[in-house]
Amino acid sequence: MSTVTPTRPAARPAPDRPPPARPNRAIRVSKWQIYVPLGLYLLFTLVPFYWMLVFAVRPRGSTSLLPWPVSLENFETVWNGLGFGVFFANSLKVGAAALVSTTVIALAGGYALARYRFRGRTAFMVAMLCTQFIPGAMMLIPLFEVFRTLELVNSLWSLVIAETVFQLPLSLILISGFIRNVPVELEEAAWVDGCSRLRGFLVVVLPMLRPGLVAVGSFAFIHSWNNFLFALMFVSEQEKYTIPVGLAFTLGEFSVDFGALAAGGVVAAVPVVLVFAIVQRYLVQGLSAGAVKG
Amino acid sequence: MGMTVGETNVRQHTRRRGSRTPYLLIAPAVLAMLAFLVYPMGSVVYYSLRHYNLSKPWEDGFAGLDNFARMLTEDPLFWQSLGFTARWVVVEVSLQLVLGLALALIVNETFVGRAFARAMVFSPWAVSGVLTTGIWVLLYNPTTGMSKYLADLGLMDYGGAPLANPDTVFLAAVVAELWRGVPFFAILLLADLQSIPRDLYEAASVDGASRLRRFYHVTLPHLKDAIILSTLLRAVWEFNNVDLLYTLTGGGPAHQTTTLPLYVASTAVQSQDFGYGSALTTAGFLILTFFSVAYLRLGKFGAKS
Repeated sequence: MSTVTPTRPAARPAPDRPPPARPNRAIRVSKWQIYVPLGLYLLFTLVPFYWMLVFAVRPRGSTSLLPWPVSLENFETVWNGLGFGVFFANSLKVGAAALVSTTVIALAGGYALARYRFRGRTAFMVAMLCTQFIPGAMMLIPLFEVFRTLELVNSLWSLVIAETVFQLPLSLILISGFIRNVPVELEEAAWVDGCSRLRGFLVVVLPMLRPGLVAVGSFAFIHSWNNFLFALMFVSEQEKYTIPVGLAFTLGEFSVDFGALAAGGVVAAVPVVLVFAIVQRYLVQGLSAGAVKG
Repeated sequence: MGMTVGETNVRQHTRRRGSRTPYLLIAPAVLAMLAFLVYPMGSVVYYSLRHYNLSKPWEDGFAGLDNFARMLTEDPLFWQSLGFTARWVVVEVSLQLVLGLALALIVNETFVGRAFARAMVFSPWAVSGVLTTGIWVLLYNPTTGMSKYLADLGLMDYGGAPLANPDTVFLAAVVAELWRGVPFFAILLLADLQSIPRDLYEAASVDGASRLRRFYHVTLPHLKDAIILSTLLRAVWEFNNVDLLYTLTGGGPAHQTTTLPLYVASTAVQSQDFGYGSALTTAGFLILTFFSVAYLRLGKFGAKS
């Protein structure tokens, strides 16, 4: 397997051709071929995070590029002064509600797709896939009108609904992939023991879906936590702002307070980076099992 | 007779072909999509045929094709934003694909610290567009950014602001979006790389194929469908991606970085001209559908090579 980055073909040494009798050697790649490009890419990934962290924790007036000594004054400014404490709570509420509603609806629909043949099944699948091509930005105006009719403008429920609807198709398809991987014989054994279909599902299938549920739930949470445009459009009262809207407003000030901006950024980043660090292993598994392979 | 009860139970669960259960199970999903996706999409077409401006309630009524005529003939910003959208999508998707594929190949190897390295390089995927803007504003700003510290060390001149300079704003936005976008391809392609049977490589190397040849003849054909699908999803996503440009450049300077959806968003949020915004939206839908179908056809998605 080659680890050559297409951007730097000149750095690649001529491939050695080992005797065919020892095929394993040919697959091995020398260490620096991995660590040099990986190190460069890590710099590109991590320096921006580091920059934000330094500006967030350094005391006012300091020009140091080391995150030491740590001062919390910027965090105090954004959390209490700029209202990030309230925004944080709002984002958490929306994220949790979107996570629950997406997962529950996707479980029901995913089970139907995985375990039943019914008329309209293919059409339903195709419709789900097609929704992946609907841009959220294009739905701003019509969704705003719908929420106005339902009197949900300026309510966090509008965000929960919009998030759920946009997350649902992918979640549903992913979950049905996971359910298909659970042998149906296990369920049948439970039915023989007299379990109802629902009970069989809860007792036998659900515990085996953990990686899938983690992947889908974290997708929904991260997506909802990050959404900016819907929150900007559907909510205009400041006490209902979510984190991205709050962050955008610190950016929009005439003289940007960079310390506050960085601290607000850290507040916005911590939950998603934590969730992501825990689930990224499941993510790759989940995608191999579900969406990409159909 | 527990056995008999159990057997009837299984039969009941599996044999009922005309059962209503699957429909009840998909009903919540179907209803949610009908109410909040299908209906709104239909209503966009309706609004696009009306004069409808929240800030000018007296201008209300049927407009025929007025909004579309204005879009096609009187609005240079429509054409300009369309051109920029194409440039933005093509540049972003191709750079992200190349870097993402390279990254996936690297972290697919076995080496010490692989799990940690994966978590690190994938992490910007989870970051929002607004947060990406926050971070890169810090990095680009002449008083807080990297250029200041490099200049302090005498390594370069004190620079201007890349985001305010028409010559550099495109590149600056592209790099910020790459930072967040490459992990998407790396994650998706890594998932697919892991499903390539190892024997294929061993067979190829027994036949004396070099690494490059193995990459072209084993890896790439296997990844073909994943690449077509992920580039298409990403193209739609980048087309749709308003958060970063809205906050980073605001579409400027001089509307230079305004994409069509960004134009829609600012028409909706700022001027509140819903009639015209709906016409722009309808045009966006049509363009996107046309290109998606054409792309899948041209890429012969799903065809076995």
